Amino acid sequence: MSDAVLPAAAPSAVPAGGVAPRPAAGPWQTAARKLRQDRPAMVALLVLVLIVVACALAPAYARYASREDPFASNVDGSITLDGQSVPVLQAETAGLGLGLTPIGPTWHGQYFLGADSQGRDVMERLLYGGRTSLLIATVATVICLVLAGVVGLVAGFAGGVVDAVLSRLLDVLWAFPIYLLAISLSIVLINTTIQIGPISITSGSLALPMLIIGLVYVPYVARPVRGQVLALNRTDFVLAARALGVPPWRILVRDIFPNVTTTLIVFVPLMMALNMLTESALSFLSIGVQPPNASWGTIIEDGQSLIYTRPLVAIAPGLCIVATVLALNVLGDGVRDALDPRAKLRVS
Amino acid sequence: MTLKRILTAGICLAGLLPLVAQAAPDRAALMQKHKGGTLKLTGSAAAGTIDPMINYELKFWQLYAFTYDGLVTFKKVAGKDSNTVVADLAEAMPTISDGGKTYVFKLRTGVKFSNGQEVTGKDVVASFQRLFKVSNPNAGSWFNGIIGADKCLKDAASCTLNGGVVADDAAHTVTVHLTDPDSEFLYKLSTPFGTILPADTVGKDLGTSPAPTTGPYMFASYDPNKALIMKRNPYFKEFSVDAQPAGYPDEIDFSFGLQDEAEVTAVLNGQYDWMFDEKPLDRLSELGSKYAKQVHVHPLLAYYYMPLNVNLAPFNNLKARQAVAYGVDRNAIVKLFGGQNLGAPLCQQLPVGMPGYEPYCPFTKNPGSGKWTAPDLAKAKELVKESGTAGQKVTVISSDKVVERSIGEYLASLLRTIGYDAQAKAISSNIQFTYIQNTNNKVQASLTDWYQDYPAPSDFLYVLFGCESFHPGADDSINIAGWCDKKVDADMKQALATAVTDPEAAAGQWAQVDKEITDAVPAVALFQPKYVDLIGKRVGNYVWSDQIHMLFSQAWVK
Repeated sequence: MSDAVLPAAAPSAVPAGGVAPRPAAGPWQTAARKLRQDRPAMVALLVLVLIVVACALAPAYARYASREDPFASNVDGSITLDGQSVPVLQAETAGLGLGLTPIGPTWHGQYFLGADSQGRDVMERLLYGGRTSLLIATVATVICLVLAGVVGLVAGFAGGVVDAVLSRLLDVLWAFPIYLLAISLSIVLINTTIQIGPISITSGSLALPMLIIGLVYVPYVARPVRGQVLALNRTDFVLAARALGVPPWRILVRDIFPNVTTTLIVFVPLMMALNMLTESALSFLSIGVQPPNASWGTIIEDGQSLIYTRPLVAIAPGLCIVATVLALNVLGDGVRDALDPRAKLRVS
Repeated sequence: MTLKRILTAGICLAGLLPLVAQAAPDRAALMQKHKGGTLKLTGSAAAGTIDPMINYELKFWQLYAFTYDGLVTFKKVAGKDSNTVVADLAEAMPTISDGGKTYVFKLRTGVKFSNGQEVTGKDVVASFQRLFKVSNPNAGSWFNGIIGADKCLKDAASCTLNGGVVADDAAHTVTVHLTDPDSEFLYKLSTPFGTILPADTVGKDLGTSPAPTTGPYMFASYDPNKALIMKRNPYFKEFSVDAQPAGYPDEIDFSFGLQDEAEVTAVLNGQYDWMFDEKPLDRLSELGSKYAKQVHVHPLLAYYYMPLNVNLAPFNNLKARQAVAYGVDRNAIVKLFGGQNLGAPLCQQLPVGMPGYEPYCPFTKNPGSGKWTAPDLAKAKELVKESGTAGQKVTVISSDKVVERSIGEYLASLLRTIGYDAQAKAISSNIQFTYIQNTNNKVQASLTDWYQDYPAPSDFLYVLFGCESFHPGADDSINIAGWCDKKVDADMKQALATAVTDPEAAAGQWAQVDKEITDAVPAVALFQPKYVDLIGKRVGNYVWSDQIHMLFSQAWVK
């Protein structure tokens, strides 16, 4: 990771009587240019944008294509296909006549990918589920990075007792089993509400998985941030600032924090990918997103009972998760390379 | 009995003799032909303790049927007759006197436990005492009528049931004295809770160490993570074909660990002969069509229902409860359960086939026929508005089993449709049943099921809706709705009393109670399920008992 000082390039000298040369590109522009030149990262970004746009258009899809309520059971429903009325859940008529099978992919606007066991449109829920999964992953990432940034900066900069206490707290959090925490909270919150200031969290609230996921991964980010701050503390420019009598908070804000931002930025796509996987796992275990809300994890859970007859219900959200996580990881690698000055040496 | 009647009976018996003579060799011939082999059963997990006086799970009750015996038992035959109580370790049905308060059982002689000890009156007395010592789940509700039971319930360790259960070694009898007549006492003794164990059996949970048995099989080993192995009891001699017929397989192995999908595949591949768990929904079509010969579907005396907490808003309002009863599409729920061949809509608290059942359904479109026809959503929405509860938050708690979670989601969806801010919450099936019973958890609505312990209407109505079944703050408050109506409670007690002398009149009284409870809607009856059994290709002589389900000892694999 970079330990170079990124702020302000040195002022350029203007030759006497000549035209001022084009100013050298700043570190952020250089990073952006390098990222643009990274083809895999650009493809990943494109995939991500497509997924985000598609999910954002979920209400439009529900209104104009599917024309179904994605959150209401439609067990007795039927649709018209090629002029014929077809039940959404089709009863078996052969033999003993046991079981019902949801309608498969129609490749039409309605039930494009078929129905789930509640008779709901899988495509529609996939888009709505994507909104939820992306939202949770994003907010959890913000929570995680903000908390990890603050804890890492304070622990690394203050050192001594503060560092020891914060580091042990991170150890405790790191050792805490996330799924056990989520299960416990989900049971406690079935009929009660957690009030944190103006925020109230109920059992069905999306804030619950956001908070849980955001919190448990704080050590994952805070530790490298702390390490970097410890290293920065011994650099010449920080020592010089101290020698000049600059107040500690100013050193932290003006000299150390800007050098840590690159690390935090690199973590954004990586943490989003990790958070998305965790959200899916929690929802799959019925302790993340709660019905009637959908996320890719809950749709996989719904599809689990149809894996033999309608595997697409589980496979489609699975593919979405794979595509999104893969794209985020590739993009994360690209961002890391772009922000790492040593990478330039390797490239050159 | 008049002379004419005696003569008629004699002639009839004489006529039956050739049939009996013919039937006996048939059974012997079948035994000769099919005896041997190992019947292989599979299930996802064990069912906990092997103690027959504690375990309350169908999974092991099916095994106790051919391992343990009580004084009486349910007849081990197919069909309706399987609900009949017959003498088991008792030589004959008991002599009942003192207005139904005294039962005298004469014990069979020569019956031995699998450790070689003979069954005596001492074992019977000790077994009754042990029910209290091991805190049998129903000790306080089923056996509290035995004289001395009140002391045993207070101080189990020193339980003697003095004056309640008395053995007479010389006469080879055991006498049970009750404080009040109990028309269902013999049913209760016919369940595994009435098992007779050796007198020296420890007075605590047996855990994984099985006690000696009296049936044709004994437990050879039990590892809850692996398997339960049952082998022939070397001391067993068939003493009653009705109560405890000899078994065909030499060994019965129950293995644990496979998940339901894998269990189906294993049975279809011939690796196992029977699977315990519910058949996965996505395999039903295939099983019912391609493997119909290996599938058996049976109606059950059971029902799925939605208890509504009458002590919490919004369901402390009768109109709000009625709204749910009107709005529920029972056909949709049956579909979620697997289709119309696996369940039937039910509108009242007594399932079809139970004594006292009379078709009754006020909460349907076009009521009057007694049968549910379709939901009345307009009426439901109107009632919600009238109740003034529209927009209130409601959480429906279901278990996380696939089918139940799915039905829970449907019920929440319905509640949103009729005007509530509802959500479904699925919690682990290991804790859901006790969670919804405890009033501290403030459960407004839930989904659960109830299967008969024995074929009596009280097992549904009195157990689920009696005032004595409501224990605020406890995990064993089976009256989940918390509904206690003194008038209906008195009616139920009257029906219980009537049943001692006049079962038919009692059935009529129970029918009336069923209507009263259905009208008050402490719970919305949803549907009556059927049971799907899947057996291996090589299994012969499949026998289904309403009480025990598949009789494993009567199946052959050779």
